[in-house]
Amino acid sequence: MPWARRMLVEERRWLSDEEFSEMLSLCQVLPGPNIVNMAVCVGTRFRGARGAIAAFLGLLSAPFAIVLALAALFTQYGELSAISAAFRGISAAAAGLVVAMGLKMASSRRLRSAMALFALAAFVGIALFRLPLGLFLLGAAPASIAAAAWRRR
Amino acid sequence: MSESLVQLAVDFSLLSLFAFGGVITVLPEMHRSVVDVHAWMSGAEFAQLFALAQASPGPNILVVSLIGWKVAGLAGAVVATGAVCAPSSVLTFVISKVWQRFRGARWRQVVEDGLVPVTVGLMLAGGYLITLAADHSVVAFFVTAATAATVLTTRIHPLWLLGAGGLLGLTGWV
Repeated sequence: MPWARRMLVEERRWLSDEEFSEMLSLCQVLPGPNIVNMAVCVGTRFRGARGAIAAFLGLLSAPFAIVLALAALFTQYGELSAISAAFRGISAAAAGLVVAMGLKMASSRRLRSAMALFALAAFVGIALFRLPLGLFLLGAAPASIAAAAWRRR
Repeated sequence: MSESLVQLAVDFSLLSLFAFGGVITVLPEMHRSVVDVHAWMSGAEFAQLFALAQASPGPNILVVSLIGWKVAGLAGAVVATGAVCAPSSVLTFVISKVWQRFRGARWRQVVEDGLVPVTVGLMLAGGYLITLAADHSVVAFFVTAATAATVLTTRIHPLWLLGAGGLLGLTGWV
């Protein structure tokens, strides 16, 4: 995302700083991969539906090909004990990246209130009880939004 | 084969609409569906694909492409990636056309206030589950913790940390 910002705002000047932030906040509220949503938003803004499709394909084609090539190499050589040993270490580090992202977000000011209970409920329900996400969100999302509305009265 | 393609399409297009805050928040649900429900792969394999997607350039939804590829080859990769992007992209396309009108609207703020805490909880759940799936030794847990601590306290590029993890693994520590 920092690279996307640099390209869109600083290099090509397609969007102002403010437009970028606004578009990003929309793309974060909507479900789906944020960066893909962002590409769709920018594409729509300049060339409608065809722009959205072009931006989508442009964003994903090359990384898609690269990751599949890596995966093919991995299947070919993954049996080698050196590769699988290295991947045990890489997997452990990759897990750490997710943990850090979660902790970073947990320090958000939106969690410095009773609203943090919804974060706790999501963790317990999904991580410990392994509830299906759809079922959980059907109950938790409306409740959490209602609580937010009540707090802002 | 075609049965698993249909299953991939159905599962991931539903995930697409639940992925508030990005794909990482549906990591636990992906894990549940792929490992627990369909038994397409083991937890360790799931963690490996995730690591591969993280180490590769590009957005982290590529883990979905890899899952599709593992389950049903190239067709699976295309179907899974398309499925996880299409519903949310169509929604974004429609909403982005009307969103300007609701600039600064109060309910917009309320929706964000409400969704962020749930998203954070899901993100933490994802970290917990992927750690359990990836780590099978004390040293591995240490690598996970050290990586997280480094990300939180420095501005080092994540690829260096993945590289350091790989090196530790290669030398037989993990």
